[in-house]
Amino acid sequence: MLPDIPQNLYYLLGAVLFTIGAVGVITRRNAIIIFMCIELMLNAVNLTFIASGKFLNSLDGTIFVIFIMAVAAAEAAVGLAIFVLIFRSKGTINVDDINLLKG
Amino acid sequence: MDVAIPASSDFNWILPEIMLTAWALLFLLIGGLTRRASTSKACGIMCFIGTLITIFYTLRLWGANLDIFNGLYTIDDYGTFFKLIFLIVLALVTLVSLRYADREEIGSGEYYALLMFGVLGMMVMTSSHHFISIFIGLEVMSLSIYVLCGLLKGNIRSVEASLKYFLLGAFATAFLLYGMAMIYGSTGIIDVVELKKFILAKQPFSATMFVIGIGFLIVGFGFKIASVPFHMWTPDVYQGAPTSITAYMATGVKAAAFGALIRVFYTALIPFLPGWSEIVWFIAVITMCVGNITALAQRDIKRMLAYSSIAHAGYILIAFTTGDRELASSMLYYLMVYSFMNIGAFTVVIMLGRKGEDNSDLDSYAGLGARHPFIALCMSIFLLSLAGIPPLAGFIGKFYVLSAAVKAQYYWLAVIGVLNSVVAAFYYLRVMMYMYFKESAGDQGTIDKAPQYGLVMLVCVWALLHMGIFPKTFLLIAQKAISIFG
Repeated sequence: MLPDIPQNLYYLLGAVLFTIGAVGVITRRNAIIIFMCIELMLNAVNLTFIASGKFLNSLDGTIFVIFIMAVAAAEAAVGLAIFVLIFRSKGTINVDDINLLKG
Repeated sequence: MDVAIPASSDFNWILPEIMLTAWALLFLLIGGLTRRASTSKACGIMCFIGTLITIFYTLRLWGANLDIFNGLYTIDDYGTFFKLIFLIVLALVTLVSLRYADREEIGSGEYYALLMFGVLGMMVMTSSHHFISIFIGLEVMSLSIYVLCGLLKGNIRSVEASLKYFLLGAFATAFLLYGMAMIYGSTGIIDVVELKKFILAKQPFSATMFVIGIGFLIVGFGFKIASVPFHMWTPDVYQGAPTSITAYMATGVKAAAFGALIRVFYTALIPFLPGWSEIVWFIAVITMCVGNITALAQRDIKRMLAYSSIAHAGYILIAFTTGDRELASSMLYYLMVYSFMNIGAFTVVIMLGRKGEDNSDLDSYAGLGARHPFIALCMSIFLLSLAGIPPLAGFIGKFYVLSAAVKAQYYWLAVIGVLNSVVAAFYYLRVMMYMYFKESAGDQGTIDKAPQYGLVMLVCVWALLHMGIFPKTFLLIAQKAISIFG
């Protein structure tokens, strides 16, 4: 099983991954990379859930992770379809160029 | 760890959800088999009838309060109240879509299927106090709406709206989940009711991780209810999406997000009221101010209504800030009223549009009063209600929300709320000014006066007048719904 890594380090790793993801969403301009950053944030959440579940001796967190993974897969399907639609009509998925709506 | 098998009687209680799923799957099947215009029209009519049947079965749930599926799902008056709002919204949007979706050629089977799946998600989201169910409901709703936003495949604005909503929605979901993960990490509980027991037993409980978790929850829900500073997506998405979907989002999604927000915060996090109510106080104030002031500068009606919907989220947050469970009924009443006025207003926007273009510029409303007096009259009623003019229901809603703030001694919040509704009156009345006192410039073309639109407008007008003049019945219903938190 897991060696003696203190609980807080798991949470810290989760927080760092989440922050990297959030910063990536804000700074990156390619829609697919933004989406990857969102997936990174979701995985940070998964890590936090699993670590908590292990240290609290409860299965709830692990079950939640399975749901999150399933939903993330569904989200990827919808997201990639939208990216394809955008690419077909604009020829780019750079979010800076997708700026018809503003005001 | 023992595994409990849910009793088969549990399934009786989720009959409305099962029916919606069955209808939606049927429409998906039909949509996959044939794409003829006549079948999609049949789908729309079946969707409307199916919704009415579901409303009938949902009404029978009123008064029942119990947990089913080992606490994963809850049937209570609060959830039933919201289910009825969603189903009424669905019925009205379907009626509008019968014509609109036809015009824009998006009304295939899957359009109605996605509408129903969206409502299914909303229903799951508001009738559970388990984080997993709330999350699944939220995602079922959101995924349906990401697709619905982009249904006008040839229209770049619609696809752009879909992309923006998708990216920001998924981003917000990550925040919400991280909040749930932190609350779970610090307590080991993912059920709101048990969380409440845990907190009350451990008073004062203030693990850092838990407090940060509450903050993330506020951010996550803040995105969904479109409160400032998490509102950036709202105007773009509302403007770009097909107008029927905008009406659906502005009413259903907002009500669902508020439903889940109120349930989570009023059940479990009431002991932390002093902490989060200050944050929400601030969010409410900037939401109202930014929404209303930005709406002043808009010349596109759809965009203006989007900002107005942001401002209305702010008004509802006024009552939310008080954290008083007696006064919370004003939020439910407001959401109910808000749904009718928005669907009505968007119906008029749909009527004035033509295939491929929304025609939602302020100038296309010029002279509407002379050209189409009935439509202009209905639009005026919706706008006056949005502005909060008596005797319309919007006034009563605003009155109860503000008096909730006064009763809970949030005087400044009430004052800011009143000042904001004065500002708001300006841009609502400006549209009326265009309708009645401006000459229409050039040929505005004909307006599709299908009976479906007329019916929706009449229902909304009737609801606004009835709920405005005789609000007591509806307030009692809202109070009964909220009493489960008592």
